[in-house]
Amino acid sequence: MLGKTAGGLFWMFRFLERAENTARLVEAGFRIALTRSTDASTEWESVATTAGVATRYHEKHDTFNATDVIDYLLRDKDNMSSVYSVTKSARDNARLVRTALTSEVWTAVNDSWMTIQDLLKRPVKETELPRVLDSIRQQSAIVRGALHGTMLRNDIYDFARIGTFIERADNTARIIDVKYYTLLPSSSFVGSSLDNVQWETILRSVSAHRAFRWLDEDEMTAAGVARFLILDRRLPRSLVFSMATTVENLNYLADEYGERHACHDHAELMLKKLKERDIASIFDEGLHEFITNFIQDNYALGQMIERDYKFYG
Amino acid sequence: MDLHISHTTRYAYDTPVSYALQRLHLRPQSNIMQTVLDWTVTVDGGVIELTCEDHHGNVIDLVNTDRGATELTVTASGTVRTHDRAGVMGKVYGAAPLWHFMQDTALTKPSKDIRALARPLKSATDTLGACHALSAQILAAVPYLIGQTYTNTTADQALTGGAGVCQDHAHIMIAVARYAGFPARYVSGYLKLDDRIDQDASHAWAEVHLPTLGWVGFDVSNGISPDERYARLAIGCDASDAAPVKGMRLGDGDESLIVTLQVQQ
Amino acid sequence: MNTKPDHFDEMRMGDDQVRPPYANYKSWFDGQDPGRLAKKSKEAEAFFRRTGITFNVYGQMAAEERLIPFDLVPRIISGREWTKLSRGIEQRVRAINAFLHDIYNRQEILRAGRIPIDLIARNEAFLPQMMGFSPPGGVYTHIVGTDIVRTGEDDFFVLEDNARTPSGVSYMLENRETMLQMFPELFSRIKVRPVSDYPKNLRRSLAASAPKSCGGKPVIAVLTPGIYNSAYYEHSFLADQMGAELVEGHDLRVVDGHIAMRTTRGYKQIDVLYRRVDDEFLDPLTFNPKSMLGVPGIMDVYRAGNITIANAPGTGVADDKAIYSYMPDIIEFYTGEKAILKNVETFRCGEQDSLKYVLDNLAELVVKEVHGSGGYGMLVGPAASKKELADFADKLRARPSNYIAQPTLSLSTVPIMVKKGLAPRHVDLRPYVLVSPDGVDITPGGLTRVALTEGSLVVNSSQGGGTKDTWVLED
Repeated sequence: MLGKTAGGLFWMFRFLERAENTARLVEAGFRIALTRSTDASTEWESVATTAGVATRYHEKHDTFNATDVIDYLLRDKDNMSSVYSVTKSARDNARLVRTALTSEVWTAVNDSWMTIQDLLKRPVKETELPRVLDSIRQQSAIVRGALHGTMLRNDIYDFARIGTFIERADNTARIIDVKYYTLLPSSSFVGSSLDNVQWETILRSVSAHRAFRWLDEDEMTAAGVARFLILDRRLPRSLVFSMATTVENLNYLADEYGERHACHDHAELMLKKLKERDIASIFDEGLHEFITNFIQDNYALGQMIERDYKFYG
Repeated sequence: MDLHISHTTRYAYDTPVSYALQRLHLRPQSNIMQTVLDWTVTVDGGVIELTCEDHHGNVIDLVNTDRGATELTVTASGTVRTHDRAGVMGKVYGAAPLWHFMQDTALTKPSKDIRALARPLKSATDTLGACHALSAQILAAVPYLIGQTYTNTTADQALTGGAGVCQDHAHIMIAVARYAGFPARYVSGYLKLDDRIDQDASHAWAEVHLPTLGWVGFDVSNGISPDERYARLAIGCDASDAAPVKGMRLGDGDESLIVTLQVQQ
Repeated sequence: MNTKPDHFDEMRMGDDQVRPPYANYKSWFDGQDPGRLAKKSKEAEAFFRRTGITFNVYGQMAAEERLIPFDLVPRIISGREWTKLSRGIEQRVRAINAFLHDIYNRQEILRAGRIPIDLIARNEAFLPQMMGFSPPGGVYTHIVGTDIVRTGEDDFFVLEDNARTPSGVSYMLENRETMLQMFPELFSRIKVRPVSDYPKNLRRSLAASAPKSCGGKPVIAVLTPGIYNSAYYEHSFLADQMGAELVEGHDLRVVDGHIAMRTTRGYKQIDVLYRRVDDEFLDPLTFNPKSMLGVPGIMDVYRAGNITIANAPGTGVADDKAIYSYMPDIIEFYTGEKAILKNVETFRCGEQDSLKYVLDNLAELVVKEVHGSGGYGMLVGPAASKKELADFADKLRARPSNYIAQPTLSLSTVPIMVKKGLAPRHVDLRPYVLVSPDGVDITPGGLTRVALTEGSLVVNSSQGGGTKDTWVLED
């Protein structure tokens, strides 16, 4: 496979994942703003920060209000991470790697681009928002379905999966990073544990608020939420799940190519760090430091994969 | 005359090279003016990817610089036995037809001044004499002076600037000859100097195709036709066809170039 | 239906009679529900858009993607007509290859004085770097798209020999695919010769042209300028259908004296490069040094015999519109036969007498740039306003040798679907020809381009033209 094609697949699926994550962030923010009487502006600022666009947003807007943030995250062409921009980037990358995709996957991505272009043609009204966000997530599910249902399990698939899960790990880690203080044991004294708005935002951002209730016993504690997001192997958006999948697909590549690279050792080590820990020791080390390190390691992993598999010259 | 030649071109890059190619015209061929007794081209900091003939019959090497290299050294050396034929290569032809050497190139476009220079040659009956006269006239108008012109300087620019080196002299001669209706070409090569062995650069001169004699060489810079002190490397329509080294490099950063050349008997 | 009498209509003879190739189709068509056909037409468009069969329009907003309108009435050619056409095309393509080899080597045709030297010497498409060299297998034009128009029952003219990088073949294939999906019943009723072997034949043809030094199965790649090129869809489609990698210049390097592509496992040698990048941009070390699309050093690798470039660089010298006017001579010179297909009478404006004639008769003529393509920079005299004619006359006087002029041909018409049923529109035809050391292979059919506007003669997709499926009958 061409190095460029591997890179195109990796980024195509990172962008698709990002579109979905951004939609989910907006949804969580919107939900909180609707149902809680917290300081909305702070909430929207943290949404923008989690999406990694707060600084650029500030260059354009003075205040963090629902209308502007939602528009910036969904539609703004200047925002390289808006749903519009990343869907376009995903589709451009799909065109680049078209010979590597089944016609089902290509058509799904192309359809998804046409649908989202259409949905985001005009500013999204508040009444329309739930439907629009729903459609965006649905589009991404269709693409994923086509990937699983029609693609050979070969290197093409592996690069697609690796892109997806590196992006996902980054997204979950950012959510924790922005809200880490609300997960510290000391802050759980504030307010009733069951009613912690911040925790709900976090869980909603990874579509895990229901799952958490089902899975994680009956107590919603800071440590419980943090453990769930970082260490629970049943949650498909947890750090450990994302890392395990990345390692798995990297190992398939190593088997297929008969060659291991720096990225393999690095990823294994990242996974080992997660598996060996329990949440108490993470809190002992410092949640903030832990997450910051993870984000850096994950970024470095992306760079290594790019080098080891010759995405660029 | 046996000329012992050693010609080294060294590139130094201030950032490691990710990808760079050089096309070398550094292999003299045997012909009626010279016999190549021995010759080698060696590369340090890169590899010779291939050796092939170009459309003028020159033998070229394509050199790939090693990834991460900060220096590339190309050395061409050997012995060429030259035969004095008073600069007359004669009616010897390659794949390129004569009309090809009548076409203007970017470096040899005829300007007003060039057209004016062409007048005597156009109407001359003694074409050989007229070419020698032209050669002298060019040198008078454009005295030999280093540092006033560059690789991309055109014939017209050199003529207007009133100073130049062998490349510029050859370009003006070629442009004038073509405008006067004679096929003309560029020859790169070496010249043994009588007063020293070490030189700063290789040499170049022009060849004009005269109906009676065929190809005849004119070294404008020295006011003579090439004799046994001259060894030919390559021919072309202008310097860009026959330059000893021509290259491309990906990425930024500066490069510097040092040429060392020894020609001795 | 009202067919103007001065046009040959390929379906109708007079008002009631249907020409034999269309008889079977017409009786099927008459039995169809018009509403259903209209719906099918919409379906086809949706299919093209979803599949992403689009082209990018130059000069429009960056990367705007457009569909080429598809008309679902096929253009039908009888087997007998096709036999004659294909013999003529093969003759022409063989002559073009012989011509190119000659021009870049001994130049006998120039020595014989059959073509003026200046036509080659001053031709921008002539590449000196190709002199004294024979490409692997001796093939210059691996892929040719010969543009043909028809004016009568037995009158076929060649309009252009596209010998550089002819495009459009993906439309030929997708149009047939679409027709098969929409009207399977038609194909059991009428025996149409298949076109679907084209990618397989292309692959085989390219492989057969691999350099001698290539041991084993040749590695083929398609070189594209990238996703923003107007024909990117076609590049990816052909690569996909051939099972070849789709590469860009920055994927390639010189490695071990060959061109190699960067894969996830390191560099891998390429033996045959089907390039869809123009000559000028192919090798920045040899041609335009500013090109970001090309492969530095590829011309040296080529001359060393280590790669096949398809089509060979410099083939444009055989298909510009000034050379075109000499094609009958060229065919005779190299094949010893008269040309089977006719040439359109062509006035070379560079010649004094011709220029005068052209200026005097501008309103009746079609004037084209010698190196133009895509219908740009062209004047259709009968359709032009007074001012357009006057402006063009100025251009002609300023650079006469840049233009040729031809009489306006009364192109044949073929019916298209309009709201009220069938209506005649002018068409041309581009069959696709593959050349390899093993021979010439012409896919039965090709791309029919149709001027969708009533009375218009401009079929170019960039100027509002559409396409049709082209049927060659088994008869």
